[in-house]
Amino acid sequence: MEAITLLTFFVLAVFVGFEVVSKVSSTLHTPLMSGANAIHGIILVGAVIVAGAADDVVTLVIALIAVLMATINLVGGFVVTDRMLEMFRGRGSAPTAREGGDR
Amino acid sequence: MALLTPEWTALLYLVAAVCFILALKGLGSPRTARRGNLIGALGAVIAMIVVFLSTELDNLALIIGVIAVGTVIAVPASRMVKMTQMPQLVALFNGVGGGAAALVALLELEHSISLGAYLAVAFTVLVGAVAFSGSVITFLKLQELMPTRPIVFPGHAAVIVLVAMVGLAAAVIIVLPESTLAGLGLALDAVEVKAIAAVVGLVVGSLLGVLLVLPVGGADVPIVISLLNAGTGLAVAASGLVLGNTLLLVAGTLVGASGSILTREMAKAMGRSVAGTLFGAFRGGSSAGSTAASERPVRSSSADDVAILLGYANRVVVVPGYGLAVAQAQHTMAELAQTLEAKGIEVVFGIHPVAGRMPGHMNVLLAEANVPYEALAEMDEVNPQFKTADVALVVGANDVVNPAAKTTPGSPIYGMPILDVQDARQVVFLKRSMRPGFAGIENDLLYDPKTTLLFGDAKESLTKVLGAVKNL
Repeated sequence: MEAITLLTFFVLAVFVGFEVVSKVSSTLHTPLMSGANAIHGIILVGAVIVAGAADDVVTLVIALIAVLMATINLVGGFVVTDRMLEMFRGRGSAPTAREGGDR
Repeated sequence: MALLTPEWTALLYLVAAVCFILALKGLGSPRTARRGNLIGALGAVIAMIVVFLSTELDNLALIIGVIAVGTVIAVPASRMVKMTQMPQLVALFNGVGGGAAALVALLELEHSISLGAYLAVAFTVLVGAVAFSGSVITFLKLQELMPTRPIVFPGHAAVIVLVAMVGLAAAVIIVLPESTLAGLGLALDAVEVKAIAAVVGLVVGSLLGVLLVLPVGGADVPIVISLLNAGTGLAVAASGLVLGNTLLLVAGTLVGASGSILTREMAKAMGRSVAGTLFGAFRGGSSAGSTAASERPVRSSSADDVAILLGYANRVVVVPGYGLAVAQAQHTMAELAQTLEAKGIEVVFGIHPVAGRMPGHMNVLLAEANVPYEALAEMDEVNPQFKTADVALVVGANDVVNPAAKTTPGSPIYGMPILDVQDARQVVFLKRSMRPGFAGIENDLLYDPKTTLLFGDAKESLTKVLGAVKNL
């Protein structure tokens, strides 16, 4: 793709990134960081492309390590963020019986 | 399989990118946060389906098998981790993401031709490796598998400069045109030289990550995690440039940009600068406020006395700190709050932005103990309320309520925003000992006539107070 097109995407994405998180209360800093952390796990797309194009064993092994690491980042990131957030509940919704009963 | 045309692929990647933007936006408010995260996960699922349907992939069975293995590792780890240990798990996830980006760039080097692509490869390899090894060190520090205090060895700063220069040299070799490298008359051809330089970059980057994070003190580790998170985002964005993949570019940039803002906000909330966090240990810590324990008298009392103070108050503001988190006392604390509310006493939790181990970590811990988030008040909201509070109950916190931050210029914490517990009519500290907090300075409030201390583990103390309140 044209370098200038990619640069355009990059600059616009920087501004969107700045905009969406400004003025977020510190209450949500941890889940927000965790959610952003999950999103960069999308490097899995890149790892899969590279692994799918590997034509020698060394390249394939390195690429599959990348696939493994990226999967852990992506899947683990979204699951742990969800786990943090399922605990945020208001006064209205009564605490229902939760799994584990870790009291 | 190449079932999708390039147009459809681009369109669906755009949908995934929009999902990520909506996810970050949604995570900014308690009401929409959980949905936001699920939208982000949906975007990731769309992107993964698209990559499998749009690309001719060899080794398909192996790839799917490894993804399955990764999922089987990640899901139980995320579901079973204790909430107090969650920051280090996030650090670890961030690290493997950075490592994956570095490896992808390393492998794409041989397919790169343009100057821009070479630059992006060099950047991704170095930054991804720093994020990987730096995150591993933050994990080890938070898990207390290594000392949490800053670690600096003689010549540390010089070694960092040296290693960074080697990294820079490797980057220059990656970026140089092949004709220039060939003109140097080396025994190896240009492609091999670049490959070696990239591997050197990977090793040097990993070393640099370790060297940079070792000098960071325990309380500053969250800021560094956030910084490394932003770094991984940028590395992923650069790998998008290498692969010519717009989704990676946009998603990585979003994380890099939002992560940078978040890092700055966290540092601000802790009264620190990001540079001071990384390099403060080299300047030699401020010696102001030596830790000489003073012999002044304090008023220590029993759980029954504390229960009476609480039981006959109208308004109580609870200030939970790290001590509450390590003692796993959040459930007992929540039960005490419920018991007091049942007696018609108004209970508010005043949460310092950096209470716990990460900004917002205390909110997660209390939410886990079923404290409704309406009862949690942020610093700016709760500070005016201390004047009308009968009792401020400080559980396992010290530096964040130290008035020296306002009154003593030259104190290491001077200028840090604090909770104004000194304005309350009575102050009760539940503390393990008179040992100063992380900043290593005394808190004059402990010696104030209106202060009562109850020594002991936060959970044991709260259990005793809870029992006494129930018997009032």
